[in-house]
Amino acid sequence: MIQYVLRRLLQVIPVFVGTTLLVYYMVFALPGDPIAALFGDRQPNPAVIAALRQQYHLDEPFWVQYGLFLKNLFTFNLGNDFTGQPIAATLGRVFPVTAMLAIEALVIQGVFGVAAGLFAGLRKGKLFDSTVLIASLVVIAIPTFVLGFVLQLVVGVQLGWAKPTVGSDASWGTLLLPAFVLGLVSFAYVLRLTRASVIENMNADYVRTATAKGLSRPRVVLAHILRNSMIPVATYLGANLGALMGGAIVTEGIFNVPGVGQKLYQAILRSEGPTIVAIVSVFVLIFVVANLLVDLLYAWLDPRIRYDK
Amino acid sequence: MRFARTSKALGMVAIAALALSACGAGGGTSNGSGSAAGDPNKVITAYSNEPQNALLPANTNEVYGGRVVELLYEGLRAYDANGKPVNALAESIESPDGQNYTIKVKTGTKFTNGEEVTAKSFVDAWNFAALSTNLQNNGTFFESIEGYDDVSAVKTEKGADGEEKDVPAPTAKTMSGLVLRDDSTIQVKLSQPEADWPLRLGYSAFYPLPSEAMKDPKKFGEDPVGNGPYKLAKEGAWVHDQSISLVKNGDYSGPRAAKNGGVTFKFYTDPGPAYTDIQANNLDVTDVLPTNALRTYETDFPENHLNKAYAGNATLNIPVYNPNFQGEAGKLRRQALSMAINREEITKVIFNGTRIPAKDFTAPVIDGYNENVAGSEFLKFDAAKAKDLWAKAEAIKPYDASKPLQLAYNTDGGNKEWIDAVANNIKNTLGIQAEGQPFAKFAEILNLRKSKTLPGLTRAGWQADYPSLYNFLGPLLKTGSSSNYEGYSSPEFDKLLKEGLGAKSTDDANKKFAQAQEVLFKDLPNLPLWYQARQAVWSQNVTNVDSGWNGVLQYYNITAK
Repeated sequence: MIQYVLRRLLQVIPVFVGTTLLVYYMVFALPGDPIAALFGDRQPNPAVIAALRQQYHLDEPFWVQYGLFLKNLFTFNLGNDFTGQPIAATLGRVFPVTAMLAIEALVIQGVFGVAAGLFAGLRKGKLFDSTVLIASLVVIAIPTFVLGFVLQLVVGVQLGWAKPTVGSDASWGTLLLPAFVLGLVSFAYVLRLTRASVIENMNADYVRTATAKGLSRPRVVLAHILRNSMIPVATYLGANLGALMGGAIVTEGIFNVPGVGQKLYQAILRSEGPTIVAIVSVFVLIFVVANLLVDLLYAWLDPRIRYDK
Repeated sequence: MRFARTSKALGMVAIAALALSACGAGGGTSNGSGSAAGDPNKVITAYSNEPQNALLPANTNEVYGGRVVELLYEGLRAYDANGKPVNALAESIESPDGQNYTIKVKTGTKFTNGEEVTAKSFVDAWNFAALSTNLQNNGTFFESIEGYDDVSAVKTEKGADGEEKDVPAPTAKTMSGLVLRDDSTIQVKLSQPEADWPLRLGYSAFYPLPSEAMKDPKKFGEDPVGNGPYKLAKEGAWVHDQSISLVKNGDYSGPRAAKNGGVTFKFYTDPGPAYTDIQANNLDVTDVLPTNALRTYETDFPENHLNKAYAGNATLNIPVYNPNFQGEAGKLRRQALSMAINREEITKVIFNGTRIPAKDFTAPVIDGYNENVAGSEFLKFDAAKAKDLWAKAEAIKPYDASKPLQLAYNTDGGNKEWIDAVANNIKNTLGIQAEGQPFAKFAEILNLRKSKTLPGLTRAGWQADYPSLYNFLGPLLKTGSSSNYEGYSSPEFDKLLKEGLGAKSTDDANKKFAQAQEVLFKDLPNLPLWYQARQAVWSQNVTNVDSGWNGVLQYYNITAK
């Protein structure tokens, strides 16, 4: 088991180097001088520009810049962004906000998606099942930003039930609306996955055996049908956590959530290589850890799966 | 790429969403009597974004830091809403010749840390800003003062990698023309007479600093201490990427007294959510509207909106190194281009009235602005005359039509629509090929302009730093000026500018600048298009919103209802 985890963690290294190198190179290849762009039409004393360029190593060739970035990373000193703010502090500010948002969205889609999927699966072909199937199809068809704008207007402006934006007071409460928007599309997928999986497992031998043994219906449903149906759902949710962390740019933009997505978008606009790569590095770690957790979860969900050998 | 597409899609949906809101939430504006000013201690909230630099007056060169610095500090002078300077901390500013100035500083005012504001607070701050080793972004504002060249000097060195680098190499620590007479007197000698120099003294680069600022500028810039109508609510009031909270400075007694309890700037990376927040009364005022709201803001906020010209303009610049636009034929062609552009129609149809057609090379809301300078008829749309001028040019030297005329613009600023309209104007009127030349970023265009390798027309914009005609004419069009990328050079124009700077009074100076503009209208080195205007909308919780000469809202005048 431990050996398996270690092996998986070792795989992080090439993935990490590959992604950061690629992203760093793409930022490096962006046209235009990001330092000159900080000043617009009124250019300062040339020494100011030269000093900034030196400070951010923009006067160095690509491999030196990338090498310095790696070196800084391993000494836990990410340097400063173009506004002079330490990148580490920025990450410490934006990641908790996005993490809250992602977890809230994950809970919404996980809990409600699985519950509704289970219910629909158990009553296959009945009214509830058909309704939910159609409703989820509608939800999948609507792009996130349409949903975001409409809910923001209806709930935030017209009904006044929640603040339309989050801004500086990010909390579980204020993030509920954006988390709902963010989680809704995946909610539909989770629902459909769970439903399909439940239907399949309902006819499995072990379920029939359990029922024949005289186990109570709740026990059969929860311990035998649901637990075994969770493997594809867990895979999806795990991969989805990474997507929620990184793909919340649109939702964060609509609701003005001061999270990772907004920061990344700004950094890209400003061609801030170090900030972009620092954020992407954290994404890589999140993806890898999330996927590892999912794989470990398999063993718990399905005792037949073993990692030792 | 992915982001560009996303934001475009967002915009389109936002149009739909806003249309919805126009029939829904917008209807409920019951404005009441708008009677007496409400609670003067209520804090108002305003749209802003993360400042790009530490909040030092001489280091802040962009709007979001600028608006904070302007509220935190008080300078020798301040500008009223029409751009007219009034004395603030200056008791008097006197000059016998436009070159030597004696400035008397009011005594008895204090920074919010208790330190007294004296003549030394100014002199030290200015010397600090100008010294090249301090690397302040706005150091060039002191270039008129004698001795600036010594403190700002830069030398070019070969770096370790063999590339040439500019490094600061000042030969003096302080400017010789800036002398501290006593606690309340500053003596300034300029390197040449400049009648409009005192106009600059209200600009933020000229604000005073307490002595602690120079000891650790970086730390100070995080928690600045000033002498203006507001102060930071507390240490750490600047929460990065989120907000800056200012509260009224009770000790302030100047022309810009705060009529509210404080201003909290909330940061938005996109103006769309801020607009929605105003509709929900969750934010009090925004001065940046999402593009798609420019058509609806007047109906969304029938009472609570503003559309007012300020000292900024937009031009299409023509490089002197394009052979088609050289010599007499080139001059006629520039005139033809200018008259082929229908400014009235474009500002009305594309900008929905949020730009104002240009009538000169400067901008309104500036002392001395004149919309009837001889030659300004070249800025009026006249297709027949344009064709005529073009034909005359053809008679002198045929136009090289091997490549279409390109209009360079940056797509990150939403310029495509009007560039296409101008290109169509040119095509339809003059019968030549014209097209937009998009660049992803402003910086790309800037590089090409600097290296003089952008032969087409380039869109450019300029916002004045201080309300003076010269601030438009000098930096952009004087021979060899820092922002004169297209390389225009006219000895006659330069001479008139110099005479204007040497004039005894602002009125005399403005006359010379008008003459200088007449030269420009003959040459048309760039095509003035329109003036910028500030649009703002505000919630039902506040009133008295207005913008100043530079388009920045006068936050200190906003009152809670």
